[in-house]
Amino acid sequence: MIKTFLFLIGGKSLAFLQELGGILVMLVQSLVWTFTPPFRFRNLIKQMEFIGVKSIFIVVLTGVFSGMVLALQSFHGLRKFGGESLMGGIVALSLAREMGPVMTSLVVNARAGSAIAAEIGTMRITEQIDALKMMAINPIQYLVVPRIWAGILVVPLLTAINILVGIVGGYLVGVELLNINSGVFIDKMIKMVEISDLVQGMVKSIVFGLILTLIGSYKGYNTQGGAEGVGRATTEAVVITSVATLIGTYVITSLFFK
Amino acid sequence: MIRLVNLNKSFRSQPVLQNLNLTIPSGQTTVIIGRSGGGKSVLLKHIMGLIRPDSGEIWVDEEEINRLREKELYRIRKRFGMLFQEGALFDSMTIGENVAFPLREHRKMTAKEIEKAVAEKLALVGLSGVEGKMPSELSGGMRKRAALARAIALEPDILLFDEPTTGLDPIMTATIDNLVIDTQKRFQLTCVVISHDIQSVFRVAHNIAMLSGGKIIEQGPPETFRQSTNKIVQDFLLGRLPEQSAQNT
Repeated sequence: MIKTFLFLIGGKSLAFLQELGGILVMLVQSLVWTFTPPFRFRNLIKQMEFIGVKSIFIVVLTGVFSGMVLALQSFHGLRKFGGESLMGGIVALSLAREMGPVMTSLVVNARAGSAIAAEIGTMRITEQIDALKMMAINPIQYLVVPRIWAGILVVPLLTAINILVGIVGGYLVGVELLNINSGVFIDKMIKMVEISDLVQGMVKSIVFGLILTLIGSYKGYNTQGGAEGVGRATTEAVVITSVATLIGTYVITSLFFK
Repeated sequence: MIRLVNLNKSFRSQPVLQNLNLTIPSGQTTVIIGRSGGGKSVLLKHIMGLIRPDSGEIWVDEEEINRLREKELYRIRKRFGMLFQEGALFDSMTIGENVAFPLREHRKMTAKEIEKAVAEKLALVGLSGVEGKMPSELSGGMRKRAALARAIALEPDILLFDEPTTGLDPIMTATIDNLVIDTQKRFQLTCVVISHDIQSVFRVAHNIAMLSGGKIIEQGPPETFRQSTNKIVQDFLLGRLPEQSAQNT
């Protein structure tokens, strides 16, 4: 019984380390191929459009409602000790440091991370990746590098949009619905939010952009077993990225508060 | 000439190729036959350098390709064209873009020259005018022909076919066979075909090699091959179960 349990734990740990190793190898290969010509700007632009432009609507939608619910929650919490005036600062601070990067990463992961895994996975099982190799084209350079750089470049921009519309949503609820003074709302926001808070949010979004495209690409690239395999790769990519995002936000926050 | 010398490959301790030796002459069509799951595609992927052997040598002319690094392999692969089992056309591109893709990557040609070359290659496979269509809009046979047009776009010396007629009706099978024969003749290519469609094999082959138990058990021109006294070869050619042939003897 204990032996079986230990074997199970050992097997899972080995599989985890193997997976982690594979992801790191892909990251290193991507870095090497980034600086090897030919540079595939057209692919980069295409991926920036897919991951970035096509995610704007859903990022705006989640941003507005995040800001609105933050305003509502903080109003009812702060009212207990007469601190409603701090609402603007709390909403902006939460969005800039945490909610903005995390929410943006999760929705972009659900939309684009899953699509990356599915697309590359389908290319793997239909031998399109082998076809690239046969045409003397490195698939990491052609498929993975543009996606990773697109993620690193556009997720921070999407996060900035998310934070901005979140603040607007918080302002609308706070000022228009809950009658907080507009000047107070903006004043507290300016006083409480510092440049380092914005930097923290941007650092997180860059890391999350890398994680979601790297894991999506890795899972797709290593797909095995037909349509079922593509489904499995897609699910695993979304789940692992979501968990990595939440762990990552804790690690980065703790590093900033050191 | 392609030479495979004492090739061994196992997957998870399951041997697929065992001390395999095979010589593929230049300027001819060699067909490798064998049962499904017998390692034919694995053998083809070794020739392309997509799979590395556990031991043994793979020679393409004077170069031992299994010792080459991935980047050096790209130089060799430009000499190869490959028709994959399902075509492996890029489904995010039109047929025209698919055929143009290797030219854009490896040739310094203007857009007009590429357009002309694409039309030429598509005409060769009898698919003029489908440049704007997506792969999903074509039938299985048309997709394979389009994939052949892409495979010959860079005018390779060596053309590999992985079960080119699987899943096609007899008429389309004959059409693809004729294309293989015409393409080989026209460009004097070295062709390697993986197949288990016996009619098709005898139509296109200059040489036939049979893979069984991880080894080449018989090799020769079609006439000699047909007369083989090897029981496994005869069972395969006649579509006979091994126990049936045991009863007959």
